[in-house]
Amino acid sequence: MSETVIQVENLGKKYTIGHQQPQDTGLRHVLDRGWRSLLRRGLKPGQQTAPPKTEEFWALRDVSFEVNQGDRVGIIGRNGAGKSTLLKLLSRITDPTTGRIRLKGRVASLLEVGTGFHPELTGRENIYLNGAILGMSKAEIQRKFDEIVAFAEVEQFLDTPVKRYSSGMYVRLAFAVAAHLEPEILVVDEVLAVGDAQFQKKCLGKMEDVGKEGRTVIFVSHNMGTIVQLCNKAFYFQKGCLLEQGDVNQIISHYLTTNTEDTRNGKICLNSSLKQDKAAFFSSVSVLDTGDRKSSELDVRSPIKIILEYEITQNLSNLELSIRVDTHDGRPVFTSQQSDFNTASLAERSPGQYQTTIEIPGMFLMPGSYLLTLAAHQPMVEIHDFHEHILSFVVLETGTKYAQYNQPHNVGLVMIDLPWQEAKLSECVSIHP
Amino acid sequence: MSDRAPSELIIEAGRTERHYWADLWRYRELFYFLAWRDILVRYKQTAIGIAWALIQPFLTMIVLTVVFGKLAQLPSEGAPYPILVFSAMLPWQFFANSLSACSNSLITNANLISKIYFPRLIVPASAVVVSFVDFMVAGMILLGLMAWYNYVPSWRILCLPLFVAIAAAASLGAGLWLAALNVRYRDVRYIVPFMVQFGLYVSPVGFSSSVIPERWRLLYSLNPLVGVIDGFRWAILGGTSNLYLPGFILSLGLLAVLLASSIWYFRKVERTFADVI
Repeated sequence: MSETVIQVENLGKKYTIGHQQPQDTGLRHVLDRGWRSLLRRGLKPGQQTAPPKTEEFWALRDVSFEVNQGDRVGIIGRNGAGKSTLLKLLSRITDPTTGRIRLKGRVASLLEVGTGFHPELTGRENIYLNGAILGMSKAEIQRKFDEIVAFAEVEQFLDTPVKRYSSGMYVRLAFAVAAHLEPEILVVDEVLAVGDAQFQKKCLGKMEDVGKEGRTVIFVSHNMGTIVQLCNKAFYFQKGCLLEQGDVNQIISHYLTTNTEDTRNGKICLNSSLKQDKAAFFSSVSVLDTGDRKSSELDVRSPIKIILEYEITQNLSNLELSIRVDTHDGRPVFTSQQSDFNTASLAERSPGQYQTTIEIPGMFLMPGSYLLTLAAHQPMVEIHDFHEHILSFVVLETGTKYAQYNQPHNVGLVMIDLPWQEAKLSECVSIHP
Repeated sequence: MSDRAPSELIIEAGRTERHYWADLWRYRELFYFLAWRDILVRYKQTAIGIAWALIQPFLTMIVLTVVFGKLAQLPSEGAPYPILVFSAMLPWQFFANSLSACSNSLITNANLISKIYFPRLIVPASAVVVSFVDFMVAGMILLGLMAWYNYVPSWRILCLPLFVAIAAAASLGAGLWLAALNVRYRDVRYIVPFMVQFGLYVSPVGFSSSVIPERWRLLYSLNPLVGVIDGFRWAILGGTSNLYLPGFILSLGLLAVLLASSIWYFRKVERTFADVI
């Protein structure tokens, strides 16, 4: 079962970034350069010609890993970390500069939804075309045709050119074809964020099925929730290198806590000059531990302080500040609004700098990684400032009652002491005397 | 493709693909589908559809007949002048259309190339196939002309498929070079229409190559299209047309070099297409 299906050794991909203007790659310039270097060499033999002004850029460097059959691997990393390059190498679109890849089994890559769809062709024609492009044989497409159409929910419009489709229908059809691929190894780029919420759910379900059937999936996404849901392993890439690999939950926590350099000390400054024209904006946000030290790693047993500094530039009434705490995979835990605590805060306020402190009690958030979202708005009127997932912090397991269990994240998001009132109803009579 | 047992694939830096030709065979369905798509799309939302494939060569034929046959009074090798012209128009249009379609084929399919793996040779090859369909349609005009002039071809017409194959090889050879170059140097896009325009007069389309003075014939045959067109005329016009053999062999040799070198160059740069397109 755990046979290695993908083996990557010292993989590297180098791009040459030209500092010349793009039009310099035209034929004339190439001929011109060749001619000049020939002349120069002829005049001064032995002298090297000046190399053209180019820079090497390693999109991926020295990457080695193995993937076993049936693994569902999520690849995470910031933009430019080399994720897409890796997918392109795995799907043979481009060649590696160094190293090698061994693949066992048919690879299908889904780097974009609807690659090769032709707007002039009908839905039916596009199913065949797209299927062939993705590597399905005609017989295979014919066999799955009805299934694809049903999945995409476009029966009525099969003979309409797809250029007349709504964008939702278009992506549904495109995804439906891709979803019915049956490769041994499936390579997927961020393509699941298509369609409406209901269709997304269907797509996710389909992807989960693919994983359950024992196929190997390599999946890139910026949506940590999707990765957690679909994958059992994760690779964390940074600047072209494979930084960490392992269990998906663990890797994602690391990724989120190293997300921005600033979060290390638990404070983020937000006062950019762009915001000066806003009626109200946040200037900084910080997370403090019990000793009032700025920190992004906090003890589960003690309260967490969140300090917001904000500025109001004109007389404002009804200004509502709110924070939301989400889990690392983007599920909201709770929202708290200033007026919940103090209705007087909605009265008119004069311009100035303000500070407010919010305290999250200890023994409330389960150990794990969390993301903080801030908003300053006048309800139903205007959003003045909004920062989603601006800061992340980790609640460390330092001794909750749940630590004894293997999978503490199955317990819930918050801990709460509820009164369990009990009364003994009767003396138990043994059933088996 | 699914009938294949899972086999091991090794992708290594700087390694040339060993299974390239096998891969090409495995992706034959994609080849059909791409050609089928281009044929379907070609005349969509046009009022007269496929008739365009008839009208264009027919009108060109009339113009060339009037200019070269009536005004310039060039010799017609005994056949009616329109048939003389049209027997050259067929390979010429085939070549010119494939050249234009081939050279742009990779660019117009850039989204495929940067997102999906397949042997890239499929794309320009299917462009040639699409032009071949137009060629077949235009061939009906030739039949019509023959009926109109009561012209019965000789046994030589049976050799025509051979010359069609040569014309296809010429189109693919030149098309591959231009397609591969076009990926990096978009200059090609501006060169091709000029080549096509120029080629119509440099090649013996509107006139018979027998009007070229004998001592220049060999030099003239350096244009590989001369061999192709002469071959077509030899097969269609029958007894009155003679094949200038040294020239034909020279053209054929050049074509072989063109095709081989184009495949070699295409294979060499094909792996970088996704990065530079």
